[in-house]
Amino acid sequence: MAEISIRSMRKSFGATSVLKDVALEIADGEFLTLLGPSGCGKSTLLRILAGLEVQTGGSLAIGERVVDGVRPKRRDVAMVFQSYALYPHMTVLENMALPLRMRRLSAWQRLPLVGRLLPGTKVTADQIDQDVRRTADALSIGHLLDRKPGQLSGGQRQRVAVGRAMVRQPAVFLMDEPLSNLDAKLRVQMRAEIKELHKRLGVTFVYVTHDQSEAMTMSDRVAVMLDGELLQVAPPQEIYADPDDRRVAEFIGSPKINMLEAKLREDGFAETAGTSFSIPADLAHGTTLALGIRPEAFHLVDSHGENVLTGSVRLTEHMGSDLYVHLAVPGSDHPVIARLLAERAPHITSGQTLHLGVKPERLLLFAADGRRLRPDNRPNGTVLRMKEHA
Amino acid sequence: MSIAASSAEQQAGSASVTPATRAALRRQRISETLAAWALAGPALLLLVTLFFLPVFAVFAIALTDWQFGASSLSFVGFDNFREVFADEGFRASLINTILYAVIVVPGTIMLGLVIALLIESGKSCRAFYRAIHFLPFMATLTAMAIAWEALLHPTIGLVNQTLASLGLPTANWLRDANTVLPVLAMIGIWQNLGYAMVLFLAGLKSIPQDLYDAADIDGADLWLDRLRTVTLPMLGPVTMFVFIVVALRAFETFDTVQVLTQGGPGHASEMLLFTLYRESFEYLRTGYGASVAVVFLAIVVTLTLIQARVMDKRVHYQ
Repeated sequence: MAEISIRSMRKSFGATSVLKDVALEIADGEFLTLLGPSGCGKSTLLRILAGLEVQTGGSLAIGERVVDGVRPKRRDVAMVFQSYALYPHMTVLENMALPLRMRRLSAWQRLPLVGRLLPGTKVTADQIDQDVRRTADALSIGHLLDRKPGQLSGGQRQRVAVGRAMVRQPAVFLMDEPLSNLDAKLRVQMRAEIKELHKRLGVTFVYVTHDQSEAMTMSDRVAVMLDGELLQVAPPQEIYADPDDRRVAEFIGSPKINMLEAKLREDGFAETAGTSFSIPADLAHGTTLALGIRPEAFHLVDSHGENVLTGSVRLTEHMGSDLYVHLAVPGSDHPVIARLLAERAPHITSGQTLHLGVKPERLLLFAADGRRLRPDNRPNGTVLRMKEHA
Repeated sequence: MSIAASSAEQQAGSASVTPATRAALRRQRISETLAAWALAGPALLLLVTLFFLPVFAVFAIALTDWQFGASSLSFVGFDNFREVFADEGFRASLINTILYAVIVVPGTIMLGLVIALLIESGKSCRAFYRAIHFLPFMATLTAMAIAWEALLHPTIGLVNQTLASLGLPTANWLRDANTVLPVLAMIGIWQNLGYAMVLFLAGLKSIPQDLYDAADIDGADLWLDRLRTVTLPMLGPVTMFVFIVVALRAFETFDTVQVLTQGGPGHASEMLLFTLYRESFEYLRTGYGASVAVVFLAIVVTLTLIQARVMDKRVHYQ
């Protein structure tokens, strides 16, 4: 069993605080992705899990055992690095055998020449060889065992790195952007393979990436990190549809979510961009808030009215099944981007005036400080009343 | 549209090469050739006059009995070489040089590596340690040799005085046939150490941290395991380079012999370059000296070839 429990984890490099009080529980066998832009602290958190970095404060337990100060070797974790970190002077076989040699053979038995003569070395070495070959076959790299990393393609190196992590059957797999050095096509393929591997091994995976599509497609849960803070930890669909924070909403989704700054009127409507939206939340009037509208939340309507954005088309992008429409709306510097189904959209030209309707329940409301404002009746939402401003 | 049209034009052009375009192509080729010679010419000229011609001249002189300053010479074939290999003095000189290299090269590499690892592992005063270890390499060896002579002086030298005060046996280091070569080798190590250290430090810096991290996770986290799994193999190319450079410098040793021992006592500290110098410019037997130079060149070229061919493949992991 290898659930991971991270409690009030802090890390600073000098005066720079990289992790600010991060708390996270990862279930046994879960595939959890740490997602965030570069420099958000996700790799540092992973390195603390691995034992390569020592935290400034907080505590970490893997499988009910507190591992603070425990050497990486004794943590029962394996790691796949972004650069793969294969030993260039060793063959694939030697690379994959190293973790086993270090664990199963004594320092004397590992000595060159002399080690082989010691009792038990040969039996253990043969066993290691068999284990490596079995793992290599499972990853279809059995034919590469005699080659050196320099002779392998990026995808093959990646598999060897996974193989080296897999061969000693760790309780936790840590992966630090393992796909970012691969070309786009191979990345999609390896994405599926890693997911498959997780299913087959059934152990805990902690996966670090800045690529939201990797996070969304592979994970059981996604932990979105920004500036050293965990903003939200939830299944991919929930992260997308029900973000807790404006930054999460803006980070996830492509094209980016549209954000319209609005002010709440007395009649419960929010005024922005030349129109007004009915707000389901129970908020005091005068509140400033941001309306988040996903590009696909728009639908075409015939005329202007409440809950309808009207503007002139600046640009259209045909994406095959979808049509992206960039709409200039009054009072906003950025164009609003709408994603319409190509087959249902009429012929749209630049300069044309377009009316886009939004159903009120598809509006995501954010307070001025970026927190999500949820209507009172949402069962899983935090009830936010901001009447104190009245 | 315009792209498609121009590519169609290109296709039409390549399909039927007219005499006019062929002439234009030839003109272009000629001007390219001229440009190439004009660019490579100066370097080539220097290389020929300063390197190839002198080497050729040495080969030629080695086949004559020319004496420095003499107005006449005669062709003697390989007599000089026969004499060189029959000469006890030359053989002693060759063996001394090889022994010297056998002490200096491993000594320099090992000490240089150890010092580089020590400097890299500590955090304080790195620049200071780098500088003091690199100083001997920067200093003029002739001047340093005089300092060493003072240190090794049999009666007033610091070395013997220190040994005597500790009750240890002393020696006349530079006048004793048993100690002179090891002592010269020590000075050689002292001088080359800084150079090896700087190269090793650069090599250590270029080892990716990821490899150490991977070694930690794989269980190779003890000092010796890390050294064997990551550091030493990754320093392979640097070590090879240091090996060749220090070996060449060891074979070229001249200053210390000239200043400290003059090859003595007897032939005990005579080395190839000193023999060459003495035969050519003191005894003025230029033909004989030239044949020594040829042998010397053969050794140096062999060393370089070893680097280029055999070892290169084994230390660059491609």
